[in-house]
Order: sequence, then structure tokens, then C-alpha cells
Amino acid sequence: MTLVADRPETMAPPAAESETKPQPAAEAEPETGGLVIFALSGDLERTWATLILANAAAAMGKPVTVFYTFWGLFTLVRNDAGRTGNVWMQKMLSVMNPGGTSNLKLSKMNFMGMGPWMMHSLAKKYSVSSPQELLESARDLGVKLIPCQMTMDMMGLKREDLIDGLEEPAGAATALAAAEGAMTLFI
Amino acid sequence: MALTIAKTLDVKGLACPMPIVKAAQAIKTLAPGELIEVLATDAGSVKDFAAWSKTTGNALLESTQDAGVFRFVLKKKG
Repeated sequence: MTLVADRPETMAPPAAESETKPQPAAEAEPETGGLVIFALSGDLERTWATLILANAAAAMGKPVTVFYTFWGLFTLVRNDAGRTGNVWMQKMLSVMNPGGTSNLKLSKMNFMGMGPWMMHSLAKKYSVSSPQELLESARDLGVKLIPCQMTMDMMGLKREDLIDGLEEPAGAATALAAAEGAMTLFI
Repeated sequence: MALTIAKTLDVKGLACPMPIVKAAQAIKTLAPGELIEVLATDAGSVKDFAAWSKTTGNALLESTQDAGVFRFVLKKKG
């Protein structure tokens, strides 16, 4: 073994020479023993499940990261964002699929919004926290919410269209780095 | 032996996952070894508090039921 005094990255933690695992970026430490959820779906029931699991895991003392991508990203859009997008297709999309926790649709029995309205009524009746309440609770518990940068670009969503308290937008490598050694769910 | 309860948390009426979320927040305010009493009506919380205790290391000393109210006594780890 040779000494590496001339190496510029002397601040890096000592690693074995045989270490071949890619080193994750500093801001995406592996959530060892934690939970990483890839939130792909924007459906009401899946969003609910994601947030319930994120809250429960955080309450159990686990580090939790949720990576919001594709339809899932629309959960993080502000309820008062209005029309978003830069080009006409993105603008049309924001009309057809307005984001925010108040616009989530059921994957089945949506009935033009009647289904979600009934689900929210039942949730209230049985004291089940709403997705909005669970999202706020998750942030309070320190759950890291990462918006997918690629989805933001493609869907024409700007950082100011999204709610506060999110991590910096990032890509797949960040999510995968966080997932090393963690329990992972794809919802 | 009478247990000295440092704090009582009333989560009656709340559904999963809020009982353990509120308990996790409340137990942070206690010193290690202090006891917290949780009152809940969510039937799922019986198994959930056992699992939560096992994962977090905060011991579940009592788990009882009286007239539809579940009572848990937990001891903060440490």
C-alpha cells in the first residue's frame, strides 16, 4: 500500500483501497436502516399510503426520504399554484391534471371527483388525517421530500410552483444513493 | 408498585398513523427512563405500539383496554 499524501481529497473519510462502492454525494447520505419511497403515482390512495408510511417510519425513528417523480411530483405542487408550465402542452397538462393535495384523484371510482370527495368525508368522519395534514406532519418529523428535477423540467414545474420545506430538486442517482442499505418502496 | 407517569398523551379518536406519530413527538420531551401514558381508541394501535416499542427501544410496560379505550405505558429508552 502506498501513501497518498499528494492526493487532493485528503478531507475525504478514510476508505479501504479495495472500496469500489460509488461514494454518494454529500447531501444524499445512505439512509441505512431507513426508508426510501419512490413516489411515482399521483393517485389519492397511493399518495395516502406513501404519506402514512413515511410518517409511521419517521415516528419509529427511521430516516425517511421520499423521491417524488412523474405523477407523484404533482402532489408537491402548491394548491394555489394556478396554471403552470412554459409551453402549451405543459399548460394544458396543468389544466387537465392540476397539482396539489386538494386535486388528487382515485385510480378507480373517481366519478368526476365524487369518489375523492366521499373518501375525504369518510376520512374526516373516522379521524383519518388528510394527505395535506400528513404531508405537513412528515415535514415536521424531518422526512426528506425530494422533487425530481427531470420531471420538473419536462412538466414545466418551477421551484416556486412547489410547496416550501422540500429538499433541493435532484435526480435518480440521489434517490438511489439514499436507498443504499435502506428499505425501499416504489409506490 | 405504582408507576409515576411523567406525561399523559390523549390520542383518542385519531387513526393510524397519528397515535404513534404523536407519541414519538411527545416522548422527545421526556428524560430517559421517564414514563408516558398514551390513551387511544384506534384498535390497530395495540399491535402498532408493540411494534413501535420494539423498533424504537422505548419499553412498553403496560397495554390494557377499558371501555373501548386502549392505554399504553411506555418508558423512554436510556
